[in-house]
Amino acid sequence: MRLVILEDYDQASEWAAKYICNRIIQFKPTQGRYFTLGLPTGNTPLGCYKKLIEYHKNGDLSFKYVKTFNMDEYVGLPRNHPESYHSYMWNNFFKHIDIDPNNAHILDGNAPDLQVECDAFEKKIEEAGGIDLFVGGIGPDGHIAFNEPGSSLSSRTRLKTLAMDTILANAKYFDGDLSKVPTMALTVGVGTVMDAREVMILITGAHKAFALYKAIEEGVNHMWTVSAFQQHPRTIFVCDEDATLELRVKTVKYFKGLMHVHNKLVDPLYSMKEN
Amino acid sequence: MPSNKSVSDAPIAQFTNCRLLRGRRLQREDLWVREGKILNPEKLFFDEKGSADVQLDCKGCILAPGFIDVQINGGFGVDFSLATDDFRSGIDLVGRKILSHGVTSFCPTLVTSPPSVYHQILPQIDVRNGGAHGAGVLGAHMEGPFISKEKKGAHPEHCIRTFEENAFQDLLATYGSLDCVRIVTLAPEIKRSSEVIRELTKRGICVSLGHSVANLSQAEEAVQHGATFITHLFNAMLPFHHRDPGIVGLLTSDKIPAGRRVFYGMISDGIHTNPAALRIAHRAHPKGMVLVTDAIAGMGLAPGRHTLGQQVVEIDGLNTYIAGTKTLSGSVATMDTCVRHFLEATGCSVETALEAASLHPAQLLGIEDRKGTLNYDSDADFLMLDDSLHVQATYIAGEEVWRRDALGM
Repeated sequence: MRLVILEDYDQASEWAAKYICNRIIQFKPTQGRYFTLGLPTGNTPLGCYKKLIEYHKNGDLSFKYVKTFNMDEYVGLPRNHPESYHSYMWNNFFKHIDIDPNNAHILDGNAPDLQVECDAFEKKIEEAGGIDLFVGGIGPDGHIAFNEPGSSLSSRTRLKTLAMDTILANAKYFDGDLSKVPTMALTVGVGTVMDAREVMILITGAHKAFALYKAIEEGVNHMWTVSAFQQHPRTIFVCDEDATLELRVKTVKYFKGLMHVHNKLVDPLYSMKEN
Repeated sequence: MPSNKSVSDAPIAQFTNCRLLRGRRLQREDLWVREGKILNPEKLFFDEKGSADVQLDCKGCILAPGFIDVQINGGFGVDFSLATDDFRSGIDLVGRKILSHGVTSFCPTLVTSPPSVYHQILPQIDVRNGGAHGAGVLGAHMEGPFISKEKKGAHPEHCIRTFEENAFQDLLATYGSLDCVRIVTLAPEIKRSSEVIRELTKRGICVSLGHSVANLSQAEEAVQHGATFITHLFNAMLPFHHRDPGIVGLLTSDKIPAGRRVFYGMISDGIHTNPAALRIAHRAHPKGMVLVTDAIAGMGLAPGRHTLGQQVVEIDGLNTYIAGTKTLSGSVATMDTCVRHFLEATGCSVETALEAASLHPAQLLGIEDRKGTLNYDSDADFLMLDDSLHVQATYIAGEEVWRRDALGM
């Protein structure tokens, strides 16, 4: 794995956005050969989305030939509810960029048959040629997407009941009222994300530090599902100093020492204007 | 980007780089329009997989709902109380000219006149949508003749009537028809006014109190029977008195039926009301403020003499008087001038000033589901304004119907 440690949230967000930008541009996507991106929601990626929007508005990055697949969506929440992941993606990303709406895929938590919806989502990913880069976050309980502790590490897209940790973490988006938080969600499986050609996990903040420790310094364990990526050939963890608080000094020093190598991935920052 | 809409093939316009008035505040959002209505872009994106056909850069302008003028007696030489065979072209002229003032819907107002005038004019008023031809006509505002002789203002005394004998039948006979009538101003102290107010309200006609010497309890009774508006607050009514606030007291009355709101029109041209009085009204009841022009035929014309119904008036700058007197009669201020003056005099927010000329009149007339806001599915009647609230462009049903040219005209 690559562990890229930046000083604070803003720098981590910017590094991640630059990386995504460079990957898309170097891929040279065109009609018929799209770049497929897996996308997360939540607090952590907001800064990264803002930077990507900035690159787009500057004319440096276009999403015209990019296909996106979001990780998850609540079940039973109306699509236009302000806390649905559809609303999140529209307000924080899609409405500011030039992506073709046909290429933006999000699971439908109100589908008449939820398992059929999940299977169809897997099929869409397959038809798109698989995911080139899956961007994700980590929950305080070490989950990736809504693959709560105990989820099979070879799981596929399916319906999951949310763990209490997750419901508590989400309560702040529902006026602190636990009864308003959805209890079920559709989510890509650990196996689904493992199939991506490359995975980037964003982790910022001290409250995620223990989960990061469990994910990369302990063994592969279905109780901390992000640990599955220890077995993925191309994973990058992008974090800030606070997220490293539970790691061994040795681990942190080693990876900080590699920053000059890591930075070659984002410097120079490419632009579509040069094409 | 090619659009791919499953619901409609009509072109979609996206107005970008603007601040629009929505949810009571100015937000940095794009305005999407299709088929003359404001479109929900999120729904378009996810449900229809659609996108914009054309993007228009608003260059940082404020986008506000089009203004609605519920009291305008004419303008540009046209007098809505003057019966002619060619009345329609007068409405057309005014409707077209007020686009540059930001007015996208209006109620042509008729002052106290003889029945023959009403019988000739009313059939020539068509309720119709606005467009490139001019602002939309919401219906007529009948300001009189059932008013108080003591508070006639510029209205001709010999035409003032009562409906004491046959109540609603008298009113119907006087006007001839109520088909295109939207608002009626009357004095509630006239006997049998309660019945008349109830009949008008039943027919969806807004009843306004004005040109009256009613005391507060008479005014409250009128509201209980259905009245919802006050015509040019402070003007042509008893002054506020601390033991009987009169009609003005409706602003803070506790006898307003639950769920109802009393609106009040104010001519904020700096002349009809002292700015201090404007502020008192605004602070007492901010949600009821409705800006009106009460413009007369001389609006938009050079200083001099013009007719207003059966009278002659004299214009001198922003002041208009009955010729040879000091009695104010209507105004020549334009709606955008009134909005700017209201903003300055009260120190209110830009959002509040804009709502007083758009949202509140729409609420008064019960049409806020399609006019007076920039909410999704509303009619796309809107304005582009600069930061000092000067109108740069006017749109009706999504089409540009007026634009300020480089010379500022």
